[in-house]
Amino acid sequence: MTDKSMTNFFETANELISMDSLTLAYDKGGDAVPAIDKINLNIYRGEFVCVMGPSGCGKSTLLNILAGFLSPTGGTVKLNQKEIKGIDAHRGVVFQHPPLYEWYSVRKNIAFGPMMQKVPKKKTAEDVETYLAKVGLTDFAEKKVYELSGGMKQRAAIASALINNPDILLMDEPFGALDALTREQMQALIRKIWWNTGKTIFFITHDVDEALLLGTRILVMSRRPGKIIADFPAHFTKEFIEENSDDARYTEAFHQKRKYILSLINEQ
Amino acid sequence: MLVTWDNRISSIIIPSPAAIWTSFLDLAQNGYKGHTLWAHLGASLRRLFIAYFFAIVTAITLGLLSGYSERVRAVFEPIIAFIRPLPPLGYYTIIILWMGIGDNSKIFLLFLGAFAPIFVSCVAGVTRVKQDYINRARTLGANRGQIFLHVILPAALPDIFVGLRNAMSVAYATSVAAEMVAAVSGIGWMVLDASKYLRSDVIFVGIIIMGITGILLDKILLCLETKIVFWKGKN
Ligand SMILES: Nc1ncnc2c1ncn2[C@@H]1O[C@H](COP(=O)(O)OP(=O)(O)OP(=O)(O)O)[C@@H](O)[C@H]1O
Ligand SMILES: [Mg+2]
Repeated sequence: MTDKSMTNFFETANELISMDSLTLAYDKGGDAVPAIDKINLNIYRGEFVCVMGPSGCGKSTLLNILAGFLSPTGGTVKLNQKEIKGIDAHRGVVFQHPPLYEWYSVRKNIAFGPMMQKVPKKKTAEDVETYLAKVGLTDFAEKKVYELSGGMKQRAAIASALINNPDILLMDEPFGALDALTREQMQALIRKIWWNTGKTIFFITHDVDEALLLGTRILVMSRRPGKIIADFPAHFTKEFIEENSDDARYTEAFHQKRKYILSLINEQ
Repeated sequence: MLVTWDNRISSIIIPSPAAIWTSFLDLAQNGYKGHTLWAHLGASLRRLFIAYFFAIVTAITLGLLSGYSERVRAVFEPIIAFIRPLPPLGYYTIIILWMGIGDNSKIFLLFLGAFAPIFVSCVAGVTRVKQDYINRARTLGANRGQIFLHVILPAALPDIFVGLRNAMSVAYATSVAAEMVAAVSGIGWMVLDASKYLRSDVIFVGIIIMGITGILLDKILLCLETKIVFWKGKN
């Protein structure tokens, strides 16, 4: 990982994603309140951005614009200086309920991206093994989708997004539907993947602890119309990895940040 | 002929199981009116399968297309909406006028009966595919053709099978009924013809064979369904 001051130096030229007064109103006619309103935000390579905010504030809307599922009604959003137009394979998406294809095995679900892009079979087969191992599903490769638990499905979905080597991984409450124990395992997994691959991750969550445990940067959004009302760095996730323990979780600094975020969300 | 079964019921109304069995053995050996029993059954099934085959090919193609494209749907859906509730025998006379009394008119009638359920379920299957399925494929780099082949078609399969089974039962029922209106062979015709001579034993054999065949046809489809759509109802 590069030193923070170093990345700052290159920031202006090097942003991976840049949003310029990004606005989306679902109800185009009349003077309806937009779901997100004039968001200006840059995301840099290697960041683990966690997004929080009250329900209905436009987090998913923002993610869906980044993915290309929705077109903004105002402003622009660029990836590598190029405006995002529609859906393409540069941005991997992990949904809350992983839409894995039940008619394919776990292996084929993970191989789906390379298969569609006509990557040579041999390379695909090797990559699939690598990513199966990365998410701990090597022994489940031939299983049918319905034979997997919720956590395993999400692991397969993460692997299938990562194998395409996207510029950024967009995750919308990916662990929201999992039980507490599985959620913790999945958090450790995604942290490890982020650390080892240096992927940029945009991660929506409802859980303050999750945001602090994972993110290098926390964004808090306001009630509808959604704007960014707080944007600050977090360092706990690196401490977790460097110290190989979750002591950071019980420090005063952690509690302070936690209280601060909760007050931001609840005060609205 | 007019002996009573168990001294209570006339065997013309309900023949005894023994009489039905004897009659079955006789029909199986000597046939009925110049054709073997199996030839009658074969004649019925041949018409059914030809019509069903054409219905599958055309209704699945047009149904999937209509589900995919709103313009195609705008053309076909009103026509199907009109044909579907009509009882096939209602327009059978017209078809006979057009195509004569032979096999072709029957095959066409069965085709029409089978077409609508398959078409409707294909449209429903395609329009019901979860948007997330399609979005995921697109974020993984799939083009339109690949999405159709790898996502929409398999996702619609459970619905398509519902349509296939409905179509089979409609076509089968229609085939028997059509033989009773105009035919010279087939199980339905055999039953109708036997009724003219009050041969209730033959009628019962015919009805039982029709019933068993119907159940078998559905079982075959059900079997294919559980093989092909192995994930159905498992999440
Ligand atoms: N397809 C849609 N049509 C109209 N309004 C919508 C649509 N989708 C979302 N909205 C509205 O836009 C606002 C933002 O929705 P969004 O789903 O982005 O919120 P969110 O922050 O993801 O909420 P949650 O935390 O509950 O997932 C909400 O008020 C919602 O009602
Ligand atoms: Mg949401």
